[in-house]
Amino acid sequence: MNKIISLDEVTSFFKDGMSIMAGGFMGVGTPEDLVSALLEADVKDITLIANDTAFIESGVGPLIVNHRVKKVIASHIGTNPETGRQMIAGEMEVELVPQGTLAERVRAGGAGLGGILTPTGVGTVVEEGKEKLTVDGREYLLEKPLRAEVALLKAYKADKSGNLVYHRSARNFNPFMALAADHVIVQVEKLVEVGEIDPDEVMTPGILIDKIYVQGGSQ
Amino acid sequence: MVQTLVNPKQVIAARVAKELKDGDVVNLGIGLPTMVPNYLPDGVNVILQSENGYVGLGPLEGEIDPDLVNAGGQPSGILPGGAFFDSVFSFELIRGGHVDLTVLGGLEADQKGNLANWMVPGKMVPGMGGAMDLVTGAKKVIVAMEHSAKNGSSKILEECRLPLTGKGVVDLIVTELAVFRVTEEGLVLEELQEGVNLETVKEKTEATFIIGPRVSLELIS
Repeated sequence: MNKIISLDEVTSFFKDGMSIMAGGFMGVGTPEDLVSALLEADVKDITLIANDTAFIESGVGPLIVNHRVKKVIASHIGTNPETGRQMIAGEMEVELVPQGTLAERVRAGGAGLGGILTPTGVGTVVEEGKEKLTVDGREYLLEKPLRAEVALLKAYKADKSGNLVYHRSARNFNPFMALAADHVIVQVEKLVEVGEIDPDEVMTPGILIDKIYVQGGSQ
Repeated sequence: MVQTLVNPKQVIAARVAKELKDGDVVNLGIGLPTMVPNYLPDGVNVILQSENGYVGLGPLEGEIDPDLVNAGGQPSGILPGGAFFDSVFSFELIRGGHVDLTVLGGLEADQKGNLANWMVPGKMVPGMGGAMDLVTGAKKVIVAMEHSAKNGSSKILEECRLPLTGKGVVDLIVTELAVFRVTEEGLVLEELQEGVNLETVKEKTEATFIIGPRVSLELIS
């Protein structure tokens, strides 16, 4: 099965009203070319799940700036002033989730779990509207799983079967987003033949990856 | 290490540094907390955890690697012995009690150990990032902040007015005037910073506090 695709082919995955999750922490570990393809696709009303909304000109930030997002679920929006502006103006819905909770909700979505119990947010506005459970005398919030129709990932290296290796702090949300979407597309800097990545070094197994876009378009 | 402490932030950072023990795994918030390692005495080495996915955070050395940033998004380094991981694991470390200590800035803290540092309704809503997980899961939570807000009002309150980051989570509050510990009996004034008298602290603190034994002794002598 050939998983290698061009940026044009990536565009065909996107449609209006879709839920999309993207890896990255302030743009580091975000597949910028895939985000550009999403912009090119000219779809609207996206529900975006990402750690943060990065900056005006990088990471997933341009999706916000160009009004493609109907709702964003993130832990931090402070570095992209446009997110706050659209939120206050009522143009976009923002659901703020503690970073560890956001990570666990995505993990739960990919792991077949009905949610997770976390003490984070107990006694704060985060607990509003949520079920609270007491386990062994400690209070926890029931936080529900998150999934998306498409996950856009960034890795340093892939083999042609999609086995991935991440680089430095660019790993962040990418590995567990690979389990939590119907279609998983990864942007890589480097593509190698199957067998060239030692199975011990694989960080995300290729069975989770549907499509691979190689940066620069080369193979 | 002898350094001249010229401004309130340096006084705070230097005092917080005394709370860190050799080998501690520490997560430092953005801003003032990142100054703390500058004041660690010789022989005290801590391991810095960066919530975006590694331990062994160090200063930037050599060329910038765009894939290596700290939790504030700034180019950083990783020390020998460090390790990278994903965000689920990073917050397992944080929430699971594997981080010994976190130092965070604050907008408000109160005598019940509540902390507010993530939003000002109608003004500033950046999001909580990892702060709520850190205050919930770190073994020890130190709030490092200036004693008064820019308008002169006390930041140490009877009860926080801003939306909370965590309820009853604070262990220690360090300001340029004093050090307070949150205990079951209430807020305890543990120390006055050098050259600060009790009257000043009373005047500038809205919270009700108990005068700790060390300060009492100083007052007697």
